[in-house]
Amino acid sequence: MYAQLVETGSKRLKTLEEMSPEERAFQEKVDAETKIEPKNWMPEGYRKTLIRQISQHAHSEVVGMLPEGNWVTRAPTLKRKLQLMAKIQDEAGHGLYLYSAMETLGADRDEEIEKLHQGKAKYSSIFNYPTLNWADMGAVGWLVDGAAIVNQVVLQRTSYGPYSRAMIRICKEESFHQRQGYQILLDMMREGTEEQKAMVQDAINRLWWPALMMFGPHDDESPNSQQSMAWKIKRKSNDELRQMFIDQTVPQLEFLGCTAPDPDLKWNEETGHYDFGEINWQEFYDVLKGNGPCNRERISTRKKAIDEGAWVREAAVAYAKKQKQRAEAA
Amino acid sequence: MSEWRLYEVFVRSKHGLNHKHVGSVHASDAEMAMENARDLYTRRSEGVSIWVVPSETITASASDEKEVLFDPSEDKIYRHASFYELPDEVGHM
Repeated sequence: MYAQLVETGSKRLKTLEEMSPEERAFQEKVDAETKIEPKNWMPEGYRKTLIRQISQHAHSEVVGMLPEGNWVTRAPTLKRKLQLMAKIQDEAGHGLYLYSAMETLGADRDEEIEKLHQGKAKYSSIFNYPTLNWADMGAVGWLVDGAAIVNQVVLQRTSYGPYSRAMIRICKEESFHQRQGYQILLDMMREGTEEQKAMVQDAINRLWWPALMMFGPHDDESPNSQQSMAWKIKRKSNDELRQMFIDQTVPQLEFLGCTAPDPDLKWNEETGHYDFGEINWQEFYDVLKGNGPCNRERISTRKKAIDEGAWVREAAVAYAKKQKQRAEAA
Repeated sequence: MSEWRLYEVFVRSKHGLNHKHVGSVHASDAEMAMENARDLYTRRSEGVSIWVVPSETITASASDEKEVLFDPSEDKIYRHASFYELPDEVGHM
């Protein structure tokens, strides 16, 4: 999940009787699966929740470029370098689709980015972990993008039209990310030295749990889920999505010939799902609060990019003004 | 960025098809809007032609006015070919 713990501002669901006529008409529209569009009436809480969720999602795409950027100059071959750059360019594009969707709700992109830089807006906890060896590029593509896909496939059916359309576009591009990641790991496991194979297992050991944390807290610890589900912003619960991800990922893990750092992970014949161990939630909340291994570095890199790029943006505006004046004078 | 205009982007995916709205970009001028649109919306040969249009120049119908605007066409069923029943002997028309 690229958006975790999105505040909805509601403690409990209103019944249809408690709603104002406008709210009721809105809820009935949502229940009938009619998409909500920018100019439609919507409850203030719906609008604010969406701005929080979409901006968090967009920030995650943008910050998500940083752990990968670390390996552009260190990619083992030109082919891998080109693939990595294409993937990073996609993430930038995904960030832009999402910021655009967010702006249709009346939010300002610069303001939301400023909130990120001040630590007031969140982004996915996963990007606060370092990428220490080349196999991390494989594991990020396979596990992190894989977890994102599970979440985003469902979000294609989200109730807000512009968000849903951005998700459809993103999903089309995202499967390339996951496949290129898995292929990096497959190559290393099939043709690599013992040392390279050990790098793959090491990357999985470090990223496995953080990838599972991406789906957010357990359903009963997720106070905002109920409202988000009623508004159909969210379509499946955190635990459901996490289970879907595990069920589809474990066979791929076994095919690689690797293991998960979870002694409790095993197939449950009765439920038809994999059982798995408890996530270290203390770590999850610590990272969200800003105390993960890379939180400070990520934000300072983002700020630096904005600050050092200021002159380019100013020059572009000055150039546009000058061209306009010339055109008017001629 | 607030000084940059918002442009709506339309892409023609193949020769012979209509341009279709795909999204928007911010840019300081039309030329940059075109370059940004190319980078953002046609990374996988999704198009053969792009239009960029300043968003503020678009006049849109309000989606809440759907009934006022489109209802009159609902009761003119005689505008559809299927309204006119012909005997089977006439064949395909």
